Amino acid sequence: MTTPGLDEGVRPKRVVVERRLHPVTPFRRAWAPVAVVVGWAAHDPNQAQEQLTRLTTTTLLIVFAVVVPAASLYGFLSWWFTHFSVTDSELRIRTGLLFRRTAHIRLERLQAVDLTQPLLARLAGVAKLRLDVVGADKKDELAFLGASEARALRAELLARAAGFAPETAHEVGEAPARELLRVPARELAIALMLTGATWGALAAALVVPPVLWLATHSVWTVLATGLPLLGAAGASSAGRFVGEYDWTVGESPDGLRIDHGLLDRTHETVPPGRVQTVRIVEPLLWRRRGWVRVELDVAGSANSVLVPVAPRAAAEAVIARVLPGAEVPATATLSRPPRRAGRCLPLWWRGYGIAVTGAVFVARHGLLRRSVALVPHAKVQSVRLSQGPWKRLWRLADVHVDTGADKTVTARLRDAREAAELLRGQAERSRTGRRDAGPDQWMA
Amino acid sequence: METGSAADTGTTPEPEPRWTGLPRGLLRMRRLLLVVWLGLAAVAVGVLLGLFAGPAWAAFALLPLAGIVWGWVGLGRNWLSWRYAERADDLLISRGVLWREETVVPYGRMQLVEVTSGPVERHFGLASVQLHTAAAATDATIPGLDPAEAERLRDRLTALGEARSAGL
Repeated sequence: MTTPGLDEGVRPKRVVVERRLHPVTPFRRAWAPVAVVVGWAAHDPNQAQEQLTRLTTTTLLIVFAVVVPAASLYGFLSWWFTHFSVTDSELRIRTGLLFRRTAHIRLERLQAVDLTQPLLARLAGVAKLRLDVVGADKKDELAFLGASEARALRAELLARAAGFAPETAHEVGEAPARELLRVPARELAIALMLTGATWGALAAALVVPPVLWLATHSVWTVLATGLPLLGAAGASSAGRFVGEYDWTVGESPDGLRIDHGLLDRTHETVPPGRVQTVRIVEPLLWRRRGWVRVELDVAGSANSVLVPVAPRAAAEAVIARVLPGAEVPATATLSRPPRRAGRCLPLWWRGYGIAVTGAVFVARHGLLRRSVALVPHAKVQSVRLSQGPWKRLWRLADVHVDTGADKTVTARLRDAREAAELLRGQAERSRTGRRDAGPDQWMA
Repeated sequence: METGSAADTGTTPEPEPRWTGLPRGLLRMRRLLLVVWLGLAAVAVGVLLGLFAGPAWAAFALLPLAGIVWGWVGLGRNWLSWRYAERADDLLISRGVLWREETVVPYGRMQLVEVTSGPVERHFGLASVQLHTAAAATDATIPGLDPAEAERLRDRLTALGEARSAGL
């Protein structure tokens, strides 16, 4: 890898075309002053009410005459001063009215691309584009672009990140996708109904406000606790259903495609070789139906669900595509900690287990809600062994495997000698695993 | 991998890494700090309680003194437990007496190597080397090194990291 400065000096300098966001964007930014006023009113309701009663029609008109143009001016200026451009190796975003900010996002470091369309944006025909890079900010998203422009830009960015020649990257176009799995709405609804968190939130929202009313007889207290509880209950049931509706996992040469959402549509693309960890979670109530949820960790990405609910066989088929060469070992083949682990953690020690295959390190935990984590050897950042005094007495130790998504997978309560071997062996495997791993630019 | 064998430790056979302990300066500094702070605490407790609560209460000053003895031994054992080994492809760090921890960091995974030295450490001629990977949980610090050794280690780790660099 050469430094960018050198790069530019050697190559004939190409003209970088700077573009602006979609003209709808100012309307989105124009909400900022209104939000400030609403936030102030919510923060201090008594004083807000006092001020409101003193307002007359004329003052209101004056306020509107000032606030509305100010808001539109702010929205317009922030749109006017935001530019982005795509160079051979970077996406550059230049923004800021008072505080200038320039973000250069290196495409070879690209971990995932998200294309989201909130409901209003869908009506307006625009979309948000976000590049997930380690350390990228919320501010570094391109909001908003015209829907077709956003798709074209995503295709171009992916083509450049994949290592297509800069001249052809423009014409490569969108890679064809093949559907791997689609979650039926009925299955999703049943799965949510069989989730403890849904009922827990609902029960809390129904029980806590009446109890508070009996205890305090204060409307404000009840509202202040009841509304957030109701919101949480709604988010964990209806909100999750709406968000995970029509969940589709597809495969394309550009990597994994995850599309979902009923009102807000989200299209995520994870290029090959970016997945740091895959977790198969099996809640207690799903076990009879043989359903699992699959989660994944990608460095710098906020999304962590790969499949919200699917039969185990289908989920394993998806995992086999996501982590090439890795198969999920059967629960029975995982090696459990030795019996004396019960001295450190009674009963729950039975939930632990590990396995090492040619491609992945597998660790399981949880007795009721089982969770199996798979880490490709090539994604291991460091391996640690830790042992406290009590574990030492029972000749046990934990082995932690740190991944690039800043998550740790732990093999708990292993025999001390086995743990030491695991530490050495895992370091060796991740070293050789890295050597065989594909290039960052997957088409190069 | 020629870069690995450029330095003398690179050719160490994999099964038995060559461990390096920490220089004695760190132990000296920690013990001195222990004696100074707990000694001051003992004097303060003894004088205050002796003046305001009676001479019998001043016996509580023995607690910090006992702490000094316990800490003296504990620091010695802890210092002995710290060691590191530079292998061809990764760095091993082992530490701790009661809570033992052993870390393996492959050179190719290092994002940043830091040499830090606070005012007290500088006075004793010490510096620490800290390795950062993409995982914040990677807690790989080697404290109390001789500054020259710390810089050598930093340069070597950086060179090895570049040679074996890999994406996430």
